[in-house]
Amino acid sequence: MIQTPQQERFPLPAEPPGGLFYQAHLDLPLFAALVLLSGIGFVTLYSAGGQQIDLVFKQATRLALAYAIMFILAQIPPRHLQRYAPVLFLIGVGLLVAVLMMGETVKGGQRWLNLGLFRFQPSEMIKISTPLIIAWYLAENPLPPRLKQILVTVILIVVPTLLIAKQPDLGTALLVAASGSAALFVAGIGWRFLLKVSILLGGVAPILWHLMREYQRARILTFLNPEADPLGTGYHIIQSKIAIGSGGIYGKGWLNGTQSYLEFLPERSTDFIFAVFAEEFGLLGCLTLVCVYLIIICRCLYIALQAQDTFSRVLAGSLSITFFVYVFVNIGMVIGILPVVGVPLPMISYGGTSMVTLLAGFGILMSIHTHRRLLPI
Amino acid sequence: MPRRLTIKDVYHENRLFLNRVVIALIGIVISAIGLTARLAYLQVAGHDHYSSLSKNNRVKISPLPPTRGLIYDRNGVILAENETTYSLEIIPEQVDDLGYTLQSLQKLLQIDDEEIERFETLRKRSKSFTSIPLQLQMTEDELARFSVRRLHFPGVEIHARLVRRYPYADLMAHVVGYVGRINEDELKSIDSAAYQGTNHIGKIGLEKSYEKLLYGKAGYEEIETDAQGRLIHTLGNLPPTPGADLHLSLDVNLQRTAYDELREYNGAVVALEPGTGNVLVFVSKPGFDPNPFVYGIAKKDYNELQTSQDRPLFNRALHGQYPPGSTVKPFIGLAGLETGATNGQRRVSCPGYYQLANSSHKYRDWKKGGHGFVDLRTAIIQSCDVYFYTLAHNLGIVRLSTFLSNFGFGGKTGIDLDGEKAGLLPSPEWKRKVRNRPWYPGETLITGIGQGFLQVTPLQLAKATAVMANRGRAVNPHLVKRIVYHDHTVIPVQSSGATIPFNAQNTESIIAAMIDVVHSARGTARALSRGIHYQIAGKTGTAQVFTVKQEATYKEKEVDKKLRDHALFVAFAPADNPRIAVAVIVENGGHGGTAAAPIAGQVISQYLANESS
Repeated sequence: MIQTPQQERFPLPAEPPGGLFYQAHLDLPLFAALVLLSGIGFVTLYSAGGQQIDLVFKQATRLALAYAIMFILAQIPPRHLQRYAPVLFLIGVGLLVAVLMMGETVKGGQRWLNLGLFRFQPSEMIKISTPLIIAWYLAENPLPPRLKQILVTVILIVVPTLLIAKQPDLGTALLVAASGSAALFVAGIGWRFLLKVSILLGGVAPILWHLMREYQRARILTFLNPEADPLGTGYHIIQSKIAIGSGGIYGKGWLNGTQSYLEFLPERSTDFIFAVFAEEFGLLGCLTLVCVYLIIICRCLYIALQAQDTFSRVLAGSLSITFFVYVFVNIGMVIGILPVVGVPLPMISYGGTSMVTLLAGFGILMSIHTHRRLLPI
Repeated sequence: MPRRLTIKDVYHENRLFLNRVVIALIGIVISAIGLTARLAYLQVAGHDHYSSLSKNNRVKISPLPPTRGLIYDRNGVILAENETTYSLEIIPEQVDDLGYTLQSLQKLLQIDDEEIERFETLRKRSKSFTSIPLQLQMTEDELARFSVRRLHFPGVEIHARLVRRYPYADLMAHVVGYVGRINEDELKSIDSAAYQGTNHIGKIGLEKSYEKLLYGKAGYEEIETDAQGRLIHTLGNLPPTPGADLHLSLDVNLQRTAYDELREYNGAVVALEPGTGNVLVFVSKPGFDPNPFVYGIAKKDYNELQTSQDRPLFNRALHGQYPPGSTVKPFIGLAGLETGATNGQRRVSCPGYYQLANSSHKYRDWKKGGHGFVDLRTAIIQSCDVYFYTLAHNLGIVRLSTFLSNFGFGGKTGIDLDGEKAGLLPSPEWKRKVRNRPWYPGETLITGIGQGFLQVTPLQLAKATAVMANRGRAVNPHLVKRIVYHDHTVIPVQSSGATIPFNAQNTESIIAAMIDVVHSARGTARALSRGIHYQIAGKTGTAQVFTVKQEATYKEKEVDKKLRDHALFVAFAPADNPRIAVAVIVENGGHGGTAAAPIAGQVISQYLANESS
């Protein structure tokens, strides 16, 4: 083995970290931050959901399931995930096609596949399997990816994204595209190439606009000028800005948010729950929440840096960045700097499916971290 | 060398990855700072502005549901109306001792524990200043008893609401249908904004097919509330647009006659005005009382309706698909004349059965000894099966089916009710596709006497009879004659149909034979001609429900009641200038001439008598 001085910049831990958590393939800092976030979620949900304790219990049940899935995934060594990445991806895409052909329509979008016992949203599965397949593919070749590999990766991103956008579920499509792009980015795609793609996307934008559904266009137009339609689609943004702004620095206090209480704020326990939080806990609360998110992301990126092979690294990097995209897109839309797309606030918004996927992602990250070979090779 | 390259790559990759993660982290931190900057802008700089907006954010828009349109028959008799019902509601925060109040109310009125339970669940979910219903339908007596003691019950109020009511209950249920609570599936397909403030939507019948017109357009009211959401005053409003009224061509008295004439039998009667397609009678018996469905029928009652042997929820006139039996013979006779497969003179020997070449199977005639030598006219009058076996064989299934489709067999009539069935007009192509079997010649024969795969709805049969009465001019049956909007504009509903160019001589000779079915001494419905001064053209039919074995004979009394033959009759009158066309199906009624024809006779005579007076 040829020693290079640079290798010392990535020292392997001299001795294996101990502790029960590590033994159970859990990462204590990450786990603690997630539990804290879940706690904030319950408190906010109780207020946003009109103080219905049933709602909180229902969410707690789902959360327990999501944590169980996280725990299970943390036990699976990354090399197994790597082996089954192509299969998982093919199943995911197959299910997306199936959903388009025979899915159930909920709130104007076809997202659900009824499997008899339970309904299943294949687009959630693809949120994980897209970064998996890209990490798998890019790990086959030396990095940075060459043009051919970049093109294949782009196809791997575009196929599921378009299938989901067609449902239509713009929010999830955006997240899948983001996870793929994040993988490409951490894999070291060239800056010049990125520039070209952005120019190209600028050219494609009018075509995308043409392909969009009426309500999707309405959302973007509303975002650009919410006052134009104060009782229709602009209502969400105006009301959520009033809720947030009236919260001030210290907030109105827990359970005292009048905007949500009076039902002015729509979707207040799901996509717009951040507005409730901001109204009741103010700027200080928001800063705290953003900090908790940043702590989680930093820990995830640290795990990515500590990862030992290309597959794990690219996967961990992609999952970490996607988590931030979640946070950014949700808060961005609620505070009116991004168009309204259906992205929930991670771990806080009411709803089970997205939470399961998120915690599954964290499970993979923990697995990557706790399955490292800890002795020097 | 490749070894060295790989090592170099690992180093390079590591550096590249670290590089990218650091850049990503910088991007994330900058974005997070962007978010907090925007938050600070909203919550610090914009705080006063948004605070005052929040305090003034008290204008709510509350929907005003429209009044549903009414449904009348042709003489202005109300078939669906909105009745004021009174409900007892409580505003919890205005009641000092809720438990005591509930107790005394329970003593005063007939309020069962179930209602109290429902009230309690609603109360937990609602704000204390909202009005929560305790009893939904108060009787006059209860209303009076409560009104006297009203002063003792602060916070308890009577609210008036409009509830749909169907005065003719089971007689009109299959025509008018009913409204019921909007369910989840419907919620997805309707514009929920338009239905705010309404819990009801048309479920079946005209209530469903004319939902849009009957519903009208919701209005709204802008109300100002205090910081807790209590109403302070009304700022402005847009009144709702009431739904349109429907005036049917159907005559409730005639409908009653047909319904009652069916006596203890199940069945369907459809009568049309051949000239216009106006539906005069649309009976499916048994009916059911639609009124309980409006506020949710009790599960037990619904199960009873669902599992009843008589299937009262089944709209026989619209969905019932029956073999037409011999009523199809005039149409097949016309097919024979029009295609040249037979003519008025050709005679067929009827020994009581028919055999295909190379087959020993005997296709039997209903008359055991046979009819002797019969021509087309006699074959229709006496309903000779052997003649029509022969004719069907000569026509072939393809020509036969194609010709029958002229009369609307095998297709929807286009009536203004949802979910109409199209019956079945069989063809070799259909059989190959659906049954994956070839067509057998024997199947053509039994199609010739209206058995086998051929299936028609009573409505289709009435329409086909109307087309025959019109001498080939098609009509689209419709129940609604006039739509009257709330601003009194009237939209008449018209039916237009293409005319099929039949040879007039052929149609007249078929109609002449149909007249003789009623008016000649040997006609199968000769009893009908007694005491009438106009001519009825008709045809009886008996449709097999139960297949009799080759060498056995069908004995009515030995067969279980549910397996007895269906009796059918089609007719129009007066024959030379038809004003009414009728189709009657009496399930398990036995013979068409005895069970079905008298019903048609009653409907025709009552209608023509009313019309002339």
